[in-house]
Amino acid sequence: MNSLTLHSIFRFFLLILVQVLICNHINFAGSVNPYPYVLFILLFPVNNNRTLFIFLSFMLGLFVDIFSDSGGVHAAACVTIAFVRPTVLKFAFGMMYEHQSIKFSNTEFGNRVIYFSILIFIHHFIMFTMEIFNISNIILILQKTLFSSIFTIILCVLISILFSNKQQ
Amino acid sequence: MQQIINFVLRNKTSLLFLLLFVISLALTIQSHSYHKSKFINSANFITGGVYEGASGISDYFGLKTQNEILVEENNRLRSQLLNSSDSTSSSYASVDSVSYNGRYKIQSAKIINNNYASSKNYLTINKGEKVGIKEDMGVITSKGIVGIIDNTSNGYARILSILNTKSRINAQLKSSNHIGSLIWNGKSSQKVQLNDISKFAPVKEGDTIVTGGQSSIFPQGIPIGVIDEFVLDVSGDTYTVEINLFNDMTNLSHVYVIENLDAEEIKRLENPIDE
Repeated sequence: MNSLTLHSIFRFFLLILVQVLICNHINFAGSVNPYPYVLFILLFPVNNNRTLFIFLSFMLGLFVDIFSDSGGVHAAACVTIAFVRPTVLKFAFGMMYEHQSIKFSNTEFGNRVIYFSILIFIHHFIMFTMEIFNISNIILILQKTLFSSIFTIILCVLISILFSNKQQ
Repeated sequence: MQQIINFVLRNKTSLLFLLLFVISLALTIQSHSYHKSKFINSANFITGGVYEGASGISDYFGLKTQNEILVEENNRLRSQLLNSSDSTSSSYASVDSVSYNGRYKIQSAKIINNNYASSKNYLTINKGEKVGIKEDMGVITSKGIVGIIDNTSNGYARILSILNTKSRINAQLKSSNHIGSLIWNGKSSQKVQLNDISKFAPVKEGDTIVTGGQSSIFPQGIPIGVIDEFVLDVSGDTYTVEINLFNDMTNLSHVYVIENLDAEEIKRLENPIDE
């Protein structure tokens, strides 16, 4: 249990640094950036208490906000996906989640992609809506959400495959 | 009473979510109103330190280009110095920058964090209050303007980039004195827009736009860019001008911070008794 906590803390800071030092400056095709720091929220152990989880997600978003001078947009998006995560888990994994026996390293690939995609899309949509903060630019918001989401989903899936410690 | 406590305990996750969401919403709204994002910004000890460490490494990759830019600027200044007609002597000794007592004080600084892809871009530099950098000072490079300092800490300062939809800078045509305000529509990092140019102004494609002398932040005549295209407004009274920037905002390293020594006096004169 203790090593799991340490692991989470390490992941928390590593993902923030990777996000603010590398991923915020990719600017693919002008302005498309991935936001793989949400992996912390996506892969947080399931059977933990939700209050702590939501609070940690808030802190994660807030740190990214401080580094990228964006007010509270990441914090808001992170808190929201942390809050809706159980629902999405149930939708994506079904029975496995009901039995509280979920471990991300041995879930099916397809299910995992669906789970990642839904949460990442929600996160990016809220984030860009709050960043642009003007409902008349809805096309711009959706466009940014779509491109960034694709980038983030690919990156998240790749990272989760590369770093999954699957021992049978 | 018991029921209220029970209600709170039962819904503590939702309540916590609501609380945190409202907090972040408040922070976002605060960051959207000009001159108020005091609380969450990258000009602080921790983020400044991280960015400075990272830029210490990544700076090595741009050394060659930066050197060329500096040599180019030196070249231009040198030729200005040697060819100036009104100077009484051409010896270098007479040009003593320390005893310079004009209206403006200039300091060099280095960008340690550059953003240009979102709609609200900020930059961070490695100098702060310790060396006298304050809010509302202008920031330029050898090629053109960069932005205005909007937040400072002891060792770092944050710049509100001209590539920020909140930015409003006074600008004018180089050929005449028609002024307008420089804004950004958030679309391209090479282009900014100039609003409110009178329809009587002699606007031509390819004309140079410079900073106007109406604000106490920038000196008059700092280059901004050239006119790409222009259209008459719907009302028919003013032009909206599309400008190609001289500066490559995606590749900035060394900048100059300009302090207007008379800014206080001008401000005092313009708003005599506010309270």
